[in-house]
Amino acid sequence: MKKAGIIMIIGSLLLLGLFKFPLWNIMLGAPQYPEPLGMDIYIEGIKGVQEFDIQNIDGINHYIGMQKIPKPEAMWEFRIFPLVIGGMAALGVIIGILGFFGKINYWGVLGWLVLMFVLGVLGMYDFNTWLTDYGTNLDPRAIMKMTNPDGTPMSYKPPLFGHQKMLNFDVDSFPSLGAYLMFAGMLLTLVAFFIGKKEWKQIKSR
Amino acid sequence: MKKSIKIIASLLLTIGLFGCDNDNKKKDGNRGALASNAAEKVYVAPGDHDEFYAFISGGYSGNLTVYGLPSGRMFKEIPVFSQFPTNGYGYSEETKPMLNTSHGFIPWDDSHHPDISQTSGKLDGRWIFINGNNTPRIAKIDLKTFETTEIIEVPNSAGNHSSSFVTENTEYVVAGTRFSVPVPQQDMPIKEYKGKFKGALSFISVAPETGRMNIKFQLLMPGFNYDLAHPGRGKSHGWFFFTTYNTEEANSLLEVNASQNDKDFIAAINWKKIEEYVNNGGGKTMPANYAHNVYDDETHNATSTMMKEVLVVDPLEVPGAVFLLPTPKSPHGVDVDPSGEYIIGNGKLSADLTVHSFTKMIDAIENKKFDGDAYGIPILNFEDILSGTVKQAGLGPLHTEFDGKGNAYTTFFISSELVKWDVETREVIDRKPNYYSVGHVMIPGGNSAEPFGKYAVSMNKITKDRYLPTGPELEHSAQLFDISGEKMELLLDFPTHGEPHYAAGIPASIIKENSQKIFKLAENKHEYAALSVNDAKVERDGNEVHVYMTMIRSHFTPDNIEGIKVGDKVYFHITNHEQDFDVPHGFAMIGANNSELLIMPGQTKTLVWEPKQVGVWPFYCTDFCSALHQEMQGYVRVSPKSSNIELSWSLGDD
Ligand SMILES: [Cu+2]
Repeated sequence: MKKAGIIMIIGSLLLLGLFKFPLWNIMLGAPQYPEPLGMDIYIEGIKGVQEFDIQNIDGINHYIGMQKIPKPEAMWEFRIFPLVIGGMAALGVIIGILGFFGKINYWGVLGWLVLMFVLGVLGMYDFNTWLTDYGTNLDPRAIMKMTNPDGTPMSYKPPLFGHQKMLNFDVDSFPSLGAYLMFAGMLLTLVAFFIGKKEWKQIKSR
Repeated sequence: MKKSIKIIASLLLTIGLFGCDNDNKKKDGNRGALASNAAEKVYVAPGDHDEFYAFISGGYSGNLTVYGLPSGRMFKEIPVFSQFPTNGYGYSEETKPMLNTSHGFIPWDDSHHPDISQTSGKLDGRWIFINGNNTPRIAKIDLKTFETTEIIEVPNSAGNHSSSFVTENTEYVVAGTRFSVPVPQQDMPIKEYKGKFKGALSFISVAPETGRMNIKFQLLMPGFNYDLAHPGRGKSHGWFFFTTYNTEEANSLLEVNASQNDKDFIAAINWKKIEEYVNNGGGKTMPANYAHNVYDDETHNATSTMMKEVLVVDPLEVPGAVFLLPTPKSPHGVDVDPSGEYIIGNGKLSADLTVHSFTKMIDAIENKKFDGDAYGIPILNFEDILSGTVKQAGLGPLHTEFDGKGNAYTTFFISSELVKWDVETREVIDRKPNYYSVGHVMIPGGNSAEPFGKYAVSMNKITKDRYLPTGPELEHSAQLFDISGEKMELLLDFPTHGEPHYAAGIPASIIKENSQKIFKLAENKHEYAALSVNDAKVERDGNEVHVYMTMIRSHFTPDNIEGIKVGDKVYFHITNHEQDFDVPHGFAMIGANNSELLIMPGQTKTLVWEPKQVGVWPFYCTDFCSALHQEMQGYVRVSPKSSNIELSWSLGDD
């Protein structure tokens, strides 16, 4: 299972890209913002695309009573995510090495992938919960109280994925480079699984 | 004597009228098909950017205005020598020192000739310099912030007209005096002008990194009037040329008495030679008193320093550095072509243009072919240095610029036209009427080694019927010509503010990327800045009260202040906490005896208010900053002088 082990190691190491590149990106454009405001969501915190974007997004959001964008220390996620990603990368490398030396079969690779997938879904769920809270938990003293046609308070939850028109803003929410590296890594581990399966069978049949 | 004035006046009037009649016929004949074609050429679609910046001086407005070419749209008015209530320049405590002089606070000047800094003879777009004519000053405007960042007063000068022009690498910006005056100033009979008055030509060095200006030396020339100037370039780099009039040294009725000599001079100054002499300890320092005002972008504050001496050089002490080139008839502009070979003297009382050759000038100097001297300064032989004449090109030539393709463009004031001619052959190629009475012409980079010869802008002194009438007072007008073809084509004319005396143009691409969007709050080193809302406070020091105030969409912190008394001097130090492009806030206080403040993101500005009446007085934001702009306001309670109400302030706690 040499080839599979190597691919597994490369795949899990790609997760480390998340320490350098953002996982997700949300851009807010409006006529008076010809250069859209944007936030990059990293596993360790949220940063503006441009130096003062966070301050300016907070400034706009205060009209409708949204909370300020949280600092890294304000959310447990930004402490846990780096540990989870680091841990999964390390685990993947260990599985890869064990696989390389034939100490573990292809089910180990699949197990890692399933665990990663579950964690990813949990992460997305958590992210969506935060977006919902951010977009709907509004200050009751908000300067502007916008309602839907049915009278319910308007939600400012940014889309989890894709484009949405929100008052005068066009909001775009898409995965960013770190996420693509992670997807590529997961895809590689899937490849490792199939190659490993083949290699393992060859060893068995010998 | 009186009779001769009348004759001259009627002669000029006749010539002027004749010129205008001529123009009207041409003007009518030119409208129609051309107009629609021109519209396309100047059309810049909404949201698109112009190709060039044009910095047009405001003349008697004391400022500099920024336009786009080819659209003719005005983008900004940059206050330089004049108080400007729009943003509080010259009213705020931080900028008042910019207008300090040896005569005290002077909130106005007559700004004439902008010139953009150069590197190797090419426009580099770092700074633009402009002269104050009336109370001699040179200002520097930073082209990152488009704000005036330095003003230096020029002593021993009066009517600082032959400036501000920069040398090939911005080593120097010059300030030549139009009026000769006693040096040092003294109480003496005006009749003793001749031989006793001096003309100071000041060479102001510019530090390459910071742009900091410093008067390196002043050349004390004979008491002529020094009208305009131009640096040499290329082969003539190291020389500076100044036109003179009144070489007669008359002191009364100059209209007649300064127009007697058939030829006046272009003074050729080898500044490198004088610089070397000065660097070796030459010249002598004399007492002087002049202000040097510097604005700092980090402290957002100007400081004014009174300088106490200046180094003067007698031209006779540096042999081989100064020569006089005879030039007919009271030359106004002097312009050097991009190659540096031709020095063109525009004799304003003639119909011809005089083209001197730099090579011939050097040759005559080396062979000591002199035709006498003036106060010991050698005069060269007219025929020895003359390269040629542009014959009968028009009436009253003033200024020449170049397109970099071998053509020169000269304005003619009396015949009110722009004339294109070939620099080598001196043949007139084309002429276009100007509406009306044109002064300077500007081609972007047209006075540098590398002109961008696509457009020419002529700046007119008279507007008459060009726009809807606005009573007796009209704005002046500028005209835009397409000069990319063989014939010039009038594309547009647009009104300009003040007197559009001269202009400097530059491709937008050279400077627009460097244009600053905000001031970083983190770099704000203003002594009274409130960098966080927690720094907002009010402090009393005797009868002085300092309010450290912050502003952000859409409130001031604090917004209610009590404990101010009649007779207090209240300093509002206000810091704009926005860090977003184009989100300034304004501040205006009822009864303040000055102006508003317009405070850019990250900036701190200070307004002084001396309340004279008991009451509760509002202040508010003057710039429509947000949906809640009208809510951006606050109150100051003013109590009687004897009151013992404690200072207090608040925000948002009812
Ligand atoms: Cu405001």
